[in-house]
Amino acid sequence: MKHLQELLYLLGSVGFIVGLKMMGKPDSARKGNLVAAAGMALAVIGVLFFNWVDDGAGGGSFEITGNLGLILGAIAVGTLIGTLIAKKVKMTKMPEMVSLFNGMGGLCAALISIIEWRGIISPETAAEAIPLGHYLAIMAGLIIGTVSFIGSMVAWGKLSGKLGDFRFPGQQYINMIMLLAILGAAYMNYGAAAEGNSLYFYLTIGLAFIYGLLFVFPIGGADMPVVISLLNSFTGVAAACGGFLYHNNVMLMGGILVGSAGTILTVVMCKAMNRSLLNVLLGNFGGSSAAAGATNASGGTVREVQATDVAIMMKYANKVIVVPGYGLAVAQAQHVVHELETMLEAEGVDVKYAIHPVAGRMPGHMNVLLAESNVSYDKLVEMEHVNPEFAATDVVLVVGANDVVNPAAKTDPSSPIYGMPILDVENSKQIIVLKRSMKSGYAGIENELFFNPKCGMLFGDAKDSLQKLVNELKVV
Amino acid sequence: MDAILNFIGENITMIYLIILMVFVGIELIGHVPSVLHTPLMSGANAIHGVVLIGAIIVLGKAASDDYFSIAIGFLGVIVGTLNVIGGFVVTDRMLEMFKKKPKAGENKGGSK
Repeated sequence: MKHLQELLYLLGSVGFIVGLKMMGKPDSARKGNLVAAAGMALAVIGVLFFNWVDDGAGGGSFEITGNLGLILGAIAVGTLIGTLIAKKVKMTKMPEMVSLFNGMGGLCAALISIIEWRGIISPETAAEAIPLGHYLAIMAGLIIGTVSFIGSMVAWGKLSGKLGDFRFPGQQYINMIMLLAILGAAYMNYGAAAEGNSLYFYLTIGLAFIYGLLFVFPIGGADMPVVISLLNSFTGVAAACGGFLYHNNVMLMGGILVGSAGTILTVVMCKAMNRSLLNVLLGNFGGSSAAAGATNASGGTVREVQATDVAIMMKYANKVIVVPGYGLAVAQAQHVVHELETMLEAEGVDVKYAIHPVAGRMPGHMNVLLAESNVSYDKLVEMEHVNPEFAATDVVLVVGANDVVNPAAKTDPSSPIYGMPILDVENSKQIIVLKRSMKSGYAGIENELFFNPKCGMLFGDAKDSLQKLVNELKVV
Repeated sequence: MDAILNFIGENITMIYLIILMVFVGIELIGHVPSVLHTPLMSGANAIHGVVLIGAIIVLGKAASDDYFSIAIGFLGVIVGTLNVIGGFVVTDRMLEMFKKKPKAGENKGGSK
C-alpha cells in the first residue's frame, strides 16, 4: 500500500491525457472534461490523505496532511466562489472567464514560490548550498507565475472593456530590457540567497509584475485570445516548475501537457489569422490601419435596405448562409438567429452558418454561442468547406462580422489584415450586412465590401434587426 | 560541465517525462477542429490548476506558528481551487452546448 499516492497521481496524469484527447472530438468532448476533472480529484485525494511515512524499520503508515482543516476550508471557499462565478457568467463572457481563472493558476504558482523561498533562506537552512535545480524551479515558477497572473488580469480587463490599449514608442525594446533585468535579478538572487538576503527576490517579483503589464497592454483587444492561450501555456509551465520542485509527477505532467498543448493552440490561432506570433506580441496590429482606411473610404456609396425587402428576399431564396461575428455575441442575438433559421427552413430554404476560424473573439466562440441556442452542429460549416458554396448561395446574411469578410485581405497589400483568409461572401448573389453603423471593425479598417453593388446594409442592433426579419417573415 | 551533467543525471526521469509530454501535448492538439479550440483552451486551463497540489503541499507542511506561510498558503489553495473548479465548470458549460439534440418526432408515437 506504500505507493498508493503514486498510483493516484498516475491515474490523475492518465486522466489528464485521456481527457484532453477526448476533448478534441465534439462527441466525446464533454465526457473528456469530466475524465480530466476526475483525474484532478484523484490527485488531490492522494496529496491530502496518502502521504506515506516510513517508520525507519521497513514499515510505515499513511499520514493525513497537516493543516487539513485549513486546506479543506480554503478548498471549500475556492469551490464556492469558482462555481458561482462560472455558473453565473454569460456565454459571451467566456473568454474573460478563461483569462481570469488562468490568472488564478499563475498567482497560485507564484505564491508557492514565495513560501518555498522563505524555506530556503530561513536560518536553519541558509548555510547549506541550495541545489541548483531546486532554485531554478522556484525562480521560474515565481517569474512565469507572476507574469501569467498580471498578464491574465490585464487581458481580463481588456476583454471586459475596463482597460484600453496602451503603447509608447520603443516599447518592445523596453520589454526586452525588462526581461533581461528580470533574469539579472534572479541571477543576483542566487548569490544573495546564501546570505539570507531577500532584496533581489522581491526585486524579481516587482520586475516580473511590471513586465506582465508591459507585455499585455500594447496588444490589441482583437488579439487577446492569442495572448490568453499563450498565458495559459505559461501557467502550465509554472505548474510544472512546482512538479519539478516537489518531484511530483502529476504536477509535472499536467503542467507540461498544458504548456505544450497551449503553445500549439496559440500557433494554430495565429495561423488562422495569417500572422506570426511575434507580430501579435509586438502589438503591430492596427498601427498602419489609419492610412489604409483613408484610401477606401471614398470608394463609393452604401446601399441601405429595409427589413421587409430582406425578409422577402430570403423567403424566396434557395440557399442562405449566415456569417456570424462578434456583433452577434454582443447583441445576444444567437436565439433570434436560430428562430430565423427555423422559419426559413420551414419555408424550404437551405440555411447554413459560415464560421471563420477567428470569428468572435476566440476560435470556436461562434460555435459555442450558436450551440447555446440549439443550432444543430452540422449546420456550422468551417471556412474552407463553405467558401466554394458561396457561388451557389442566394443571400448571405452577415451578422455583426466585419474583418473576416473584408476583401482588402485579398486585394490590398497595404492593409494590416492582408493575407488573412476570409469568407468569400462576394461570390454570392446578394449580401446583406447587419451592422450598428458604418463604424469600422475591430481591426480598425474600412471594409470595401459594403460599397459592393451586391451588398445591402441593414443598420441597427443585430438582435433588433434579426427580430424585425423574423416578424416580417411571419407577415409575408 | 560537471554541474550540468550532474543536474541531468539527478533529474533524468523528469527530463524524459518533460520531453515526452511536450510531444503528447502537440499530438493531442494538432488535429482538432477549430470549433473546439475555445473549450479546449478552457479545458487545458483547468488542467494546469494541478498547481493546486503544490499549494496543498506547502500549506500542509507549514508550521502552526508560521503565520506568513499559512496565510500565503491558504490564499494559494483558494486561488488554485478557483482555477480548477472554475476551469472545469466553464468548460462543461461550453461543451454542454455540443450535445446532440434528440431528433424531432423521434419520441412521438414510436413507443406504442
